[in-house]
Amino acid sequence: MITKMTITNIHVIDQDSAYDFYVNKLGFKLVDDFPMGQGTRWLTVSPPEQPDLQLVLFPVTVSKMFPKEIAENLIDLIKKGIFGCGVLTCKDIHATYEELKAKGVEFIKPPTKEFYGTDALFKDDSGNYFSLQPINNFDNENDI
Amino acid sequence: MTTEQYPKVYLYRRIVQAKLFIDNNYADKIDLNNISNEAYFSKFHFIRLFKSAYGKTPHQYLKYVRIEKAKELLKKDTPVSEACFLVGFDSLSSFSGLFSKVVGKSPSTYLKHHQENQKKISLTPLAFVPGCYAYQHGWLENSNFEETDI
Repeated sequence: MITKMTITNIHVIDQDSAYDFYVNKLGFKLVDDFPMGQGTRWLTVSPPEQPDLQLVLFPVTVSKMFPKEIAENLIDLIKKGIFGCGVLTCKDIHATYEELKAKGVEFIKPPTKEFYGTDALFKDDSGNYFSLQPINNFDNENDI
Repeated sequence: MTTEQYPKVYLYRRIVQAKLFIDNNYADKIDLNNISNEAYFSKFHFIRLFKSAYGKTPHQYLKYVRIEKAKELLKKDTPVSEACFLVGFDSLSSFSGLFSKVVGKSPSTYLKHHQENQKKISLTPLAFVPGCYAYQHGWLENSNFEETDI
């Protein structure tokens, strides 16, 4: 029986830039950051209140996994914003939106009331996009 | 933006400004009055709005930021006494007491565990990476993988 997701990937173009984005802008906690030789690095972060889920900031570089052509195609698709990486939740979407915007995060869509609840869309430094939603998405009583 | 939305957005920006003030000045002697002045609110109105947005009162959030920053400093091998003052505590005993209560171990134990862990990582990094990732990266080739049985 599967019980949990513990590790998942975010394919990134530059690990230094991804570190700055996820740790300094989104406020994720650094879990592991150590060199694995030949310029590669094991870099993982966790959402602040979810320490048992690690996101691997996985670099798309030419390697055994990514032959040159595949790496180039993948980088191109990431930059074009093709990949959605999931939903991130927060207590207050409006406060979080204002904070992230103040830190220079690029939003594709500001907090918007949809038929399924309120959400916003933003891009990471590579081009991956995330949905941002309040924890209680059908309960607007928590708004200021 | 409609006129109905505007005051709310303005309110959110002031609360965010106060939160960022804590994020940037946690190492200084700031108290609640500094923070509410920063947001141009009365103290009690400010506490209510801040808690509504972040789930913590400004004081609880300041303590949270200080302990999180202390953990980061200890992970960079900063001595406990230095970490204590760098995150805005005046007294080592109050820092150690709060740190132990929140983290579940004393700052010195936390530092020691981290140093031991770092030593193990530097000796056998592959033991700390799931095998599937190591394989995909090609890290298993010419590696010390056979020595990672710790």
